[in-house]
Amino acid sequence: MDHRPQAWGRPRDDVYGAYDASYLHDSGPKTATQSPVVTGTSVIGIKFKDGVVIAADNLASYGSLARFNNVKRLRTFLNSSVIGFGGDVSDMQYLDRLLSELAIDETYETDDTPEDDEETTKKTHLNAANLHKYLQKLLYQRRSKFDPLWNQILVAGTDGEGKPFLASVDLRGTAFSSASLATGFGSALAQPIMRRYAETDEQAAKLTREEAVAVVKECMKVLFYRDARSLDRYSIAVVTKAGVELAEEEQLEKQSWAFAERIRGYGTQNV
Amino acid sequence: MFRNNYDNDSVTFSPQGRIFQVEYAGEAVKQGSVVVGIASKTHAVLVAIKRNAEELSSYQKKLFPIDEHVGIAIAGLTSDARVLSNFMKQQCLGHRLTYGRNMPVRSLVDMIGSKAQINTQHYGKRPYGVGLLVAGVDQQGGPRLFEFQPSGMTEEMVAFAIGARSQMARTYLEKNVDSFKACGKEELIKHGLRALKESLVQDRELTIDNTSVAIVGVKKDKDGTAKVEPFKVYDGQDVMDWIDSVSDDKENTAPAPATVEESMDVDNDA
Repeated sequence: MDHRPQAWGRPRDDVYGAYDASYLHDSGPKTATQSPVVTGTSVIGIKFKDGVVIAADNLASYGSLARFNNVKRLRTFLNSSVIGFGGDVSDMQYLDRLLSELAIDETYETDDTPEDDEETTKKTHLNAANLHKYLQKLLYQRRSKFDPLWNQILVAGTDGEGKPFLASVDLRGTAFSSASLATGFGSALAQPIMRRYAETDEQAAKLTREEAVAVVKECMKVLFYRDARSLDRYSIAVVTKAGVELAEEEQLEKQSWAFAERIRGYGTQNV
Repeated sequence: MFRNNYDNDSVTFSPQGRIFQVEYAGEAVKQGSVVVGIASKTHAVLVAIKRNAEELSSYQKKLFPIDEHVGIAIAGLTSDARVLSNFMKQQCLGHRLTYGRNMPVRSLVDMIGSKAQINTQHYGKRPYGVGLLVAGVDQQGGPRLFEFQPSGMTEEMVAFAIGARSQMARTYLEKNVDSFKACGKEELIKHGLRALKESLVQDRELTIDNTSVAIVGVKKDKDGTAKVEPFKVYDGQDVMDWIDSVSDDKENTAPAPATVEESMDVDNDA
């Protein structure tokens, strides 16, 4: 029996030969999290006449295992913006805590406007455009430290002029905005569908809220059909100037798997 | 003779609970020439009396832009004000970079407040010898006016004056405080200049050389959205019309005995 703590839990030298301890040495460069572990899949969003609709399913996968089926990947910010997270869930939770702190600071800073100024109170909050800029700087700073936050993020809300705002930022700090956006597998599966309805801001400005919600729900269904890391329970939020309406327990309706029979090219089929 | 043993540094309380170095720093503000600030619902103005160290020299600037939406008026040591001004410019730029918006005036003022307070609590440091009036507009929240003191104290104001003989200007402001909120920018400037005149010594008057005016505000666009009217400083010929517009007011009736403060003028105090 070897009583040295270093040897505990390791194969016995007298049975298996000398243990190769070289990998235990922590020399060489620091290796931070450089791949995601528990992940969320697509987030999709589309602008309409007076706001944005954004959705993501409630699944957190561990590799290909559907590990947690009640993880909410949309979060509201000061009841004026919604942030949707794809990618690593622990990094999402870190960002969630960070944004909660930011929201508290922001509320302390700006809620002191005199109360008799009806038109001016409570309007100085960080809006979605400000929030997106902040997240972009944050994610770029982290990738520059070679310790990226492994997420692709959609930010939905209104900009400084009260117009609908939808933009994306990824783990490298790459930022862009569009009339409709999707992360992950959604960029291949949902994006083309959404572009049929809103390819440009002008087209999006003609969409009604009901149309936009219908398009997003249709896309969530297509994603569930085709994306093996997705779930039929999802969260959907509608952001307008008036605020955020978030539903976190939506269920995909009217599924039809009839198309599945015609799919060929995998599994045990012979043709 | 009797000497104050408790004013050697800014970390020692006197037995009466006072910190003399901080109080002395407050006196430095009173040596500077007067500056007045007023905020209405749409604009904030700063007006100031500039001094020249001697007949042949130029006049020391008193009003400084910090960012598009905020500026300061200084009373006290100009070189200390420069340090604070540079700091504020950097903070505003940093905020613009990370959030893509104008820095809220309150958080900016809080930062210099904290910075100045630290100087009153560390051995070997000295408080800033300058007071500021900070005027700005919040992105959509309207005009703001803040006072800053070397102690680190900051306070939001409707209207205020700091500097030599500023009590006279404050008395004028107190008398008219109810009318400021509804004032347009021209009216606001006139009020500011009248307040300045109150604090002048008897044989001095406002001239285009010794008067500075600065304005910042919000204006409504055609589609009703609020836009920032950037902080702008007016000097020289540009302030002539405003000075003329208050020159026909009835003569300064307030008693104006030469005060001790005035005789203590030091050249490099602006």
